[in-house]
Amino acid sequence: MKKGTFEVKVGLAEMLKGGVIMDVTNVDQARIAEDAGAVSVMALERIPADIRAFGGIARMSNPEMILKIKEAVSIPVMAKCRIGHFAEAQILQELGVDFIDESEVLTPADEENHIWKKDFHVPFVCGCRNLGEALRRIGEGAAMIRTKGEPGTGDIVEAVRHMRMVMGEIRRLANLDHTELMAAAKHLGAPFELVEWIAKNGKLPVPNFAAGGIATPADASLMMQLGAESVFVGSGIFKSDDPKQRAEAIVKAVTHYLDPAVLAEVSKGLKDAMSGIAAAGLPEEEKMAKRGW
Amino acid sequence: MIKTGVLAIQGAFARHAATLSACGAEVRIVKYRRDLEGLDGLVLPGGESTTMTKMMGYRINYEDLFRFAEKNPVFGTCAGLILLGRGADDARVRQFALVDAEITRNAYGSQKESFVDDIPLEFDRDNAFHAIFIRAPRIQSLGNNVRVLASCGGFPVLIESELHLGATFHPELTDDRRIHQYFIQKIKEIKNGKKQST
Repeated sequence: MKKGTFEVKVGLAEMLKGGVIMDVTNVDQARIAEDAGAVSVMALERIPADIRAFGGIARMSNPEMILKIKEAVSIPVMAKCRIGHFAEAQILQELGVDFIDESEVLTPADEENHIWKKDFHVPFVCGCRNLGEALRRIGEGAAMIRTKGEPGTGDIVEAVRHMRMVMGEIRRLANLDHTELMAAAKHLGAPFELVEWIAKNGKLPVPNFAAGGIATPADASLMMQLGAESVFVGSGIFKSDDPKQRAEAIVKAVTHYLDPAVLAEVSKGLKDAMSGIAAAGLPEEEKMAKRGW
Repeated sequence: MIKTGVLAIQGAFARHAATLSACGAEVRIVKYRRDLEGLDGLVLPGGESTTMTKMMGYRINYEDLFRFAEKNPVFGTCAGLILLGRGADDARVRQFALVDAEITRNAYGSQKESFVDDIPLEFDRDNAFHAIFIRAPRIQSLGNNVRVLASCGGFPVLIESELHLGATFHPELTDDRRIHQYFIQKIKEIKNGKKQST
């Protein structure tokens, strides 16, 4: 019997496919998320929109709050640690968190290196803007990849850019001849073995989810149609005027992402989505997607 | 050709569909009530049983699935087995109670307790099956009409009744197709039996 193997880590990511992972900051929100049909909750002290507003250093959440949420729901609980902060990750693993998000939403702890995720029994999800970044994270042991998008904005444009970039680069690799793969690996800044694997299989070796700016059922469907296998919704639910209805609508939109009749039905009657911030108008130093290397 | 459906509300349905196709079955993704028509068997995949419960009642109902599962072969893995069984004692999960097996959800703990183990199968003891257990449920007790096909750590992990098959692990995550093939064979036998009796 073996625990913490790569197939066990990817196995949980497989079980989360076709679902919605929701950011929650307390027990009440976690229950609303679970009741609405979320497949998992991300326990954090402040949702990305508030991290932006609050400023200062954003760190791993208080363990007590994570444990309370774990106690309140039966679905898997995720939590975020800072990029490169393996001690925070060790604490989260000890707490029994089901998935760790090494996240650009928090203030990075290391500007050169990410966590060596193969040292852990608990699986990691990491953000990416392109295929090279995704493959570097998988090379370090990530069991799930998500787009970074631009968290806390409610603007889908960056998530779309990142998903199109990843899927487009996968399609390009699948068309290359073997001789061209080493140069492709060099240009991508990605491990050669993973580049070779993608050229052969035409997909990522781990589930590929979307995050960063999803605020409506239509946003969720868009990301699924572009190739995402599940969606993370951060600020989009609890910054809206109708979290419960919106959470349920987004869950239905993900299951039926190819059915416009369902999408129209669940979009009707929703109150205002989060007002949001245009990602294009953000000063460069405020863009979270730029964190990570 | 055997027509199998895979319930696709949420979870590892695509992996099941790929394995069933590789076994030579015709496969249909099931999201709507109408998708159940004409199927010879159905797979209830792993995923989150709370999410599946919530979504039963939207485009496909608990009753639709219950009526199908009552009369036709169904294979449930992990969350799918929880739905087929009974005794989860959790208002968030609505079970069919069609397999006389008492099941506890997340019985091994959080994800860091998830594991793999090589286990012998009752119908092919010579080659172990590489079984992947993800936040797995545990079968606590079984009725007389339920047969154990594999065990792990002293608990049954693969069981069958007259119509149904259930696993607490995930055969769809490996390339080993023996359990899916066993399910297809079971569907064939049930189908032939029905023909003979009419």
